[in-house]
Amino acid sequence: MNQVDNPMVRFENVTKRYGSHTVLDKLDFEVAANEKVAIIGPSGSGKTTLLRMLMTLEEIDDGIIYVDGEPLTHMLDGDRLVPANRKHLSRVRAKIGMVFQHFNLFPHMSAVNNCIVAPLTVLGLSKDAAYERAAELLDMVGLGDKLDHYPGQLSGGQKQRVAIARALAMRPKIMLFDEVTSALDPELVGEVLKVIRKLGDAHDLTLLMVTHEMGFAKEFADRVCFFDQGKIAEQGTPEEIFSAPTNERTIQFLSAVLETG
Amino acid sequence: MQEKPIQHRLVIVGILSLMAGFAVVTYSSFREFLPELLRGALVTIQVTLGGAMVAVAAALIAAVFKMYGSLFGRWLAIFYIEVFRGTSALVQLFWMFFVLPYFGITLEPFTVGVLALGLNIGAYGAEVIRGAIQSIDKGQWEAATALNLSRMQTLRRIILPQAFVVMIPPWGNLFIELLKGTALVSMITLGDLAFKAQQLNQNTLRTVEIFSLVLIMYLCLAMIITSLMRALERRASRGLVRGRAS
Amino acid sequence: MMFEWDWNYTWEILPILGEASLVTLQATLLGFVLAAVLGLAFALLRMSRLVYIRWITTAIIEFIRSTPLLIQIFFLYYVMPEFGLTLDAMTAGILALGVHYACYCSEVYRAGLDNVPKGQWEAAIALNLSPYATLRNVIIPQAIPPVVPALSNYLVALFKETPLLSAIAVLELMQTAKILASESFQYTEPITLVGLYFLVFSLISAALSRQLEAWLNTRHGGSR
Ligand SMILES: Nc1ncnc2c1ncn2[C@@H]1O[C@H](COP(=O)(O)OP(=O)(O)O)[C@@H](O)[C@H]1O
Ligand SMILES: [Mg+2]
Repeated sequence: MNQVDNPMVRFENVTKRYGSHTVLDKLDFEVAANEKVAIIGPSGSGKTTLLRMLMTLEEIDDGIIYVDGEPLTHMLDGDRLVPANRKHLSRVRAKIGMVFQHFNLFPHMSAVNNCIVAPLTVLGLSKDAAYERAAELLDMVGLGDKLDHYPGQLSGGQKQRVAIARALAMRPKIMLFDEVTSALDPELVGEVLKVIRKLGDAHDLTLLMVTHEMGFAKEFADRVCFFDQGKIAEQGTPEEIFSAPTNERTIQFLSAVLETG
Repeated sequence: MQEKPIQHRLVIVGILSLMAGFAVVTYSSFREFLPELLRGALVTIQVTLGGAMVAVAAALIAAVFKMYGSLFGRWLAIFYIEVFRGTSALVQLFWMFFVLPYFGITLEPFTVGVLALGLNIGAYGAEVIRGAIQSIDKGQWEAATALNLSRMQTLRRIILPQAFVVMIPPWGNLFIELLKGTALVSMITLGDLAFKAQQLNQNTLRTVEIFSLVLIMYLCLAMIITSLMRALERRASRGLVRGRAS
Repeated sequence: MMFEWDWNYTWEILPILGEASLVTLQATLLGFVLAAVLGLAFALLRMSRLVYIRWITTAIIEFIRSTPLLIQIFFLYYVMPEFGLTLDAMTAGILALGVHYACYCSEVYRAGLDNVPKGQWEAAIALNLSPYATLRNVIIPQAIPPVVPALSNYLVALFKETPLLSAIAVLELMQTAKILASESFQYTEPITLVGLYFLVFSLISAALSRQLEAWLNTRHGGSR
């Protein structure tokens, strides 16, 4: 296992079940601060579930998740760990942002308002400060001229870039990307990856991305994790995984993906 | 007025209210009121049943005329539907009760109640039936035409039996509306549950007990309608499933 | 007896009925404001995380929807004084109308709330919005516009039930017409006029509602 001294994210013995179906099985998993981790693996192997648990969109059945040294799903009551209450969740969650496969933009708000609503109501920023921040971020993702466009007026690639700006507006330490290019037409994938690459240059952002873009994972990630049946079957540097995989399943998966890709 | 059918949770709700009702009833000497209220309930049930029959007949005729009638027939159906949906049930009731006699037509209060409420609900029911018939796949009409069935035969033998299942939940809601509407007949001197409630209230001034009891009795009647309609729905859809499999 | 329409009498009572119709409109508007607000509250309570609250709200709604408005009007007017709350007839009537239709409206709101995709809730969590901010800024603005036509149908339905207030002698249109009729022994004109009044308003509002629906369908939005 890739041991880190001060992990930004740590899964300890985490189990997730749907009914009798165990999706994640006693998972141990760590991500260092500012590390860029690509998560790959066959469909149904639990990649999305992993990110959703980290975003507190799914409850966990067993184990503990730590974020930045603090338990996310639990909190200290005296010296006992008890399930986290809403306030605690909200505090730890402030460190995490997420971008979804299907954008989930708010359709009744313009691009800039999508990016303003949370800083305004959660962080208590002034209107001007929130607007300035949103405009800056939208400019950064190349949409400086689309501030007042509604999601319905944007292409898929543009929507996804708004979604990235929206998440960044909360100044998270960790960004989660769940197959953010899968719902896009092929010619729009590049513009979104370009933005993510830009984020990679920021030195204070931890990145977890589930992706099927193997080429991008290879050049961008510090580490690649191959998930299979709720477990990390193999992980290592991109070179190790893509050039010299050792696990039988990894070899199978990569050959299947690279063939069709 | 159409939406989700009333769910079986109504039963649970009913039990809870009945328990609350019994709490009211045990401390009051409700035996005094109950016989009189039951007589009223009987009238309410009669008006509801009569009204339901009028409603279904009127709705069916109006729907068929509106969809397949001659120009005049269509016009007549639209006139009926719009007038009865566009004015209040109470206005219709009063109109038939007070104004019709000036046209030389004097009806018993009971007949007026059944006709007015039935025609009122029938106007809504016509749109339910029309919607249900139009929801049936066009292919059914085409298949029937290919078998050389006439339009009326297709409607009666092929389309209506299928539309029937779709119609049951909204009709269930309409019958509940009808039951609630029957309270209006108390305003044309008919001795229904609502009428008896007011009468007892004036005579005894035991307001809380009387009106609580009456509300519970209406709830029970509504629950009976709901469970009958659910039973009908189960039977009808079972038949349809069997029919589809073959 | 043949059909006779007395135009002189018609012109005589028209202004009186016109004035009474203002009471009808007032009861309609106030009643519907109550229905719209309380209905939304009911719909939100039905989404509560606490089972009891969901249950009790559902029970109350089903109870009110299954029993006659007329009895509910009587209940508020005659029974509430026993609990120390004496209401004048108009207030009792407006309350009864509002509460009764709140139950119908809550079903409409619920459909609207259910139609907001799960992803919108999840995005709100990911942005760390509070439950209140989520409802206010994200969910309700999306849930309500599509159901406005359905709500407006209940506005018309409530409007058509205001004649029930005549049962507790509120001087609205129907009660006024009945008083006029019993004074003059001419029933045809007042009651027919009341019917026409409702018919005209209903047809107009049905047309408006259709336009509203068309407009809502062509509005921006949709794609997330
Ligand atoms: N809400 C749910 N209910 C039941 N099963 C689920 C649910 N969400 C995901 N699963 C199951 O969990 C497994 C992992 O899903 P997911 O994390 O989405 O996989 P991946 O993202 O790797 O394709 C799949 O087998 C999926 O069917
Ligand atoms: Mg997935």
